[in-house]
Amino acid sequence: MQLIKTLTASTALLVVASGASFAQDMANDMTLVSWGGAYQSSQTKAYAEPYMENHPEVSITWDESSNEAVAKLRAMNEANNVTWDLVDVVAADAMRLCDEGLAMEIDPNEVLAAAPDGTSAEDDFGDLLVSDCFIPQIVYSTTFGYRNDMVPDGAPAPTDICALFDTETYPGMRALEKRPINNMEWALLCDGVAKDEVYSVLETPEGQQQALDKLATIKDSVIWWSAGADTPQLLADGEVFMGSTYNGRLFSAIVEQGQPISMLWDAQVFDLDGWIIPAGLPEDRLNRVLDFVKFATDTQRLADQAKYISYGPARFSSAPLVGKHADLGIDMAPHMPTDPENAKNTFLYNYEFWADYRDDIDAKFQAWLAQ
Amino acid sequence: MNEVISYVRRPDLMTFTMPIVAVLGAMFGFITGNIFGSPWIGFVIGAAVGAALAFVFSKIIKMKSKQKTLATGVLFGGVGMIFGGLGGLFGGFLVGISMGWFANWVGSGKYRAGVPIYYTPGQVLWHNTFMFICAFVFFFLIAPLLPVIWLSFNAENFFTFTPEMLSFKAEGYSLKHYRDFLGTDEWMVPLKNSLIIAPIATLISVSLGTLAAIGLSQSHVPGRQAMMAVLISPMIVPLIISATGMFFFYAPLGNWLELQLGLNQAFVGYVKVILAHAVLGIPFVIITVTATLVGFDKSLTRAAANMGANPVTTFFRVQMPLILPGVISGGLFAFITSFDEVVVVLFVGSARQQTLPWQMYTGLREQISPTILAAATILVSVSILLLLTVELLRRRSERLRGMSPG
Repeated sequence: MQLIKTLTASTALLVVASGASFAQDMANDMTLVSWGGAYQSSQTKAYAEPYMENHPEVSITWDESSNEAVAKLRAMNEANNVTWDLVDVVAADAMRLCDEGLAMEIDPNEVLAAAPDGTSAEDDFGDLLVSDCFIPQIVYSTTFGYRNDMVPDGAPAPTDICALFDTETYPGMRALEKRPINNMEWALLCDGVAKDEVYSVLETPEGQQQALDKLATIKDSVIWWSAGADTPQLLADGEVFMGSTYNGRLFSAIVEQGQPISMLWDAQVFDLDGWIIPAGLPEDRLNRVLDFVKFATDTQRLADQAKYISYGPARFSSAPLVGKHADLGIDMAPHMPTDPENAKNTFLYNYEFWADYRDDIDAKFQAWLAQ
Repeated sequence: MNEVISYVRRPDLMTFTMPIVAVLGAMFGFITGNIFGSPWIGFVIGAAVGAALAFVFSKIIKMKSKQKTLATGVLFGGVGMIFGGLGGLFGGFLVGISMGWFANWVGSGKYRAGVPIYYTPGQVLWHNTFMFICAFVFFFLIAPLLPVIWLSFNAENFFTFTPEMLSFKAEGYSLKHYRDFLGTDEWMVPLKNSLIIAPIATLISVSLGTLAAIGLSQSHVPGRQAMMAVLISPMIVPLIISATGMFFFYAPLGNWLELQLGLNQAFVGYVKVILAHAVLGIPFVIITVTATLVGFDKSLTRAAANMGANPVTTFFRVQMPLILPGVISGGLFAFITSFDEVVVVLFVGSARQQTLPWQMYTGLREQISPTILAAATILVSVSILLLLTVELLRRRSERLRGMSPG
């Protein structure tokens, strides 16, 4: 047994050494993990299909498990059976996986392509490289949509986030995500806390109670959602007047499905989504993944993705290349959360705050929900 | 039927038929009134219409009962169409048929037809209530399937009955979800995986389960009860516990098969899922086969042995044909267990082994798309066809063997 291992190891070394001068040893099967739905199909069209055109020998399997990626990756790692090659996660999950050593640390300038004008990848992604393991793809936002036909007669269409708490002017149910993140911030904003003080207030137990008290004023008219598809369905059914979800889901319901819904961009919360590479992949699979990632996150590919879904590309150099929707032919730029018109009043999600306080506030929030 | 009615007395119109039909009419009226926003007005109108219907049926029109029912349906459908278009026609027709049938059934005294003549009113009431409860049980078993089938023809990408659908306009309907299901790898690959995994897992469960059941039914086997308990434990232990255990059990097994034997990763993935599903199916086979073996006459095997057959021949030629019904129904259960299973495959399988329930599960969570409903409709149709075929074949073989069709 030991002998075999040594032999395999030395062969592997030989292969790697010789591979430097010849073609690298690359696996031809790749399992990519993503979120399913319109988002995954935008990745398939913008990244996977062009890549497979250049590399017909590669076959890509998609696993729609990003929602439970952290738990599954932990279990896989424990069982020493990591079947994933590249995992799409939100930035917060990437940080957790990186801290636990489940994701591979990367050097952006080495692993990722430089911008066409020669700007290094590190500068091109800029601040969005929030973790050593994280390869950003898109900027998305969590924001509100509301039913046009349920705005009461005589009331103006809501333009302010605090319409959420104004059940007198805008009666009807609301859909909110079943977690404290974002909801607590919105509650404080509408309870008179200044935008740059929200997180310092939320650090204190009194501040947390203040946010929960504000949420309690509408608790009876809230339907809590847990999957991004819930709110568009509830809005389409007319079961809720307004609801929060990811802006791409709302874009799809409004523009592609023609539902009578409008966007409310006020106090939208930006967040990032991107790839991580699981730690400890075998050499051949790692080589393939690195080759794919370099291609899939270059300037053109990230801009291409915006043809299929209204999420902003994570590279500065991609922004000017964002064009028209692939099927509908409409300009995508005005539907991006980063568009200046939409981003007049945005809210920055504070990763460090939530990394430190998440467990505590989660517990309080769940207890409050159960009351 | 006429013979029965001949001795049935018509109930009194004013004190019995009219009030009872009025109650049903009031219920329908309440529901219809709800749609138009004034349930209590509907309640009153419905009661009046019900009473009038009972009166008209017994005093004015002389028609056959089926004609009466149909005529009421057409009349109500027409009224419905004036108020609610095609949807109103459909709904009105259904309400009319029910009301017409009910008024006739009560008014002509047929409601006593099913019970002996000496029954008290209380007993008759209970008999008919019981019949309605039975009908409602069937209704509640079948009813949830109907909106699924209807919604699968939705032209929109939501689980929503659009106004176009409710008024039966052509543009509200489309086959696009069926195209999505049949035309994309997203659904066809899982279907293929399910059709690979379920039959092989069933085959393994049936072989092992049948053998285990025969062995455990021998009185001389020591510790039979304990072994039985272990073998059927996958059925009792919560699935999520089994799934977690299996994940950690099969992962090193898979690694060993891949690294030491050099087997293909995809192949190993199928092996793991098939073995896991076979384990889940075995208890069903053991239970059904054990039940059949209770009625199996052991002297037949001794007779076969007496005539020189070895145990294997005895099993295949004598025992197997007699316990076959138990084996087949156990196999059906095992197949359905594997074909429906989502928890274990989520743990043990990798994305390459994605099965149909897995795809439905993620589809439902990530993108509530009616393609799932199209898939469900197709599966329901296929299983109805399969069961029909099995039943027809069974009757045919019984006929051929000269038994009366059950």
